[in-house]
Amino acid sequence: MGDRAAVPGSSTTGAGPARANLRVSVWRGGAAGDYQSFEVPRQPSQTVLDVVTYIQRELDPTLAYRFACRVGMCGSCAMTVNGKARWTCRTHVDKVAADGALELRPLANLPVVRDLVADMREFFDKWARARGQFAPKTTREQPFARIDPRSRQRREADAAIECIGCGVCYASCDVVTWNRDYLGPAALNRAWTLVNDPRDGAQRQRLEAVATDAGCHACHTMMTCTELCPKNLSPTRSIAGLKRASLRLLLGGGGE
Amino acid sequence: MIARRETLLWAVQRATAVVLAFCVLVHLATIIYAVRTGLSASAILGRTQGSFAWGAFYGVFVIAVAVHAALGMRVIAAEWLRMKGPVAEIFAAGFAVLLAAMGLRAVMAVVAA
Repeated sequence: MGDRAAVPGSSTTGAGPARANLRVSVWRGGAAGDYQSFEVPRQPSQTVLDVVTYIQRELDPTLAYRFACRVGMCGSCAMTVNGKARWTCRTHVDKVAADGALELRPLANLPVVRDLVADMREFFDKWARARGQFAPKTTREQPFARIDPRSRQRREADAAIECIGCGVCYASCDVVTWNRDYLGPAALNRAWTLVNDPRDGAQRQRLEAVATDAGCHACHTMMTCTELCPKNLSPTRSIAGLKRASLRLLLGGGGE
Repeated sequence: MIARRETLLWAVQRATAVVLAFCVLVHLATIIYAVRTGLSASAILGRTQGSFAWGAFYGVFVIAVAVHAALGMRVIAAEWLRMKGPVAEIFAAGFAVLLAAMGLRAVMAVVAA
């Protein structure tokens, strides 16, 4: 499917009745800019990424956008599609453009580099601020840690570990919009996986980094992140776990 | 320590929410009882005036409201009214004092003998 779709403009696949062209409004410029309109031919099984690629290859080579894997593994092609943050590679045009119109913007809540490219730096800087780095307790000289796959901690980490850092949750979170310091769903979700890692030796520091009014306690549980996460993760659940863990730390239970 | 303070405030807001859930149920039941049995104002005052139990119940209710609502107001002030840290805190503290003063005055009015 991906290969066929990756050759935009080539009408090799079974045609069916000719459909009207897509009307596509694409953001051009940086923070200041405007929409530019394009007409793009419809294709069977066409994704939004196919549409953007068609525009860049056939209509306007100066269009800036970002993608890599085309199959929902890398997390680099997320954009705002008709008002919602989505992976463009896994979004079929038929599902989102019922009336034949698409409006494409870069991800919200992030600075715009140019056109459809958002600057992801603050998003990943916040992973670091949430102490998203693994801090090993042991060295390679010591034996492997034994983690029971059925343990509560392992299962909590499993439920949150598949994040690929696409930024869809961050761009969709109203709290990020209102509080520019808020660490955001993805960074807190990452912190939660490490809070559940018995091999990690920075539990107290991590909880102190995330249990602030710009961290887990800023979340209003609106669950937009959970609704829109393309991996079907629940950052809301992870953030609730951080709130409980921070309370345990406050009550003297320690961060372990 | 920011983390300790924020976690404490979060826990206090959670705890007051639990108190409020209980108080609102009792309050609603009281209203329904008073209306359905057609109690007059003087009949109600006759039961509340000098009553330690009603005074304590509504006193706790008012304090829980003042604390819970002010903690929520602190976030609204920061996120929507764009108040910076200490300004939002003072605003929320003032809101708490206002709610507590108005509420406790009302409690006094029905309970004082």
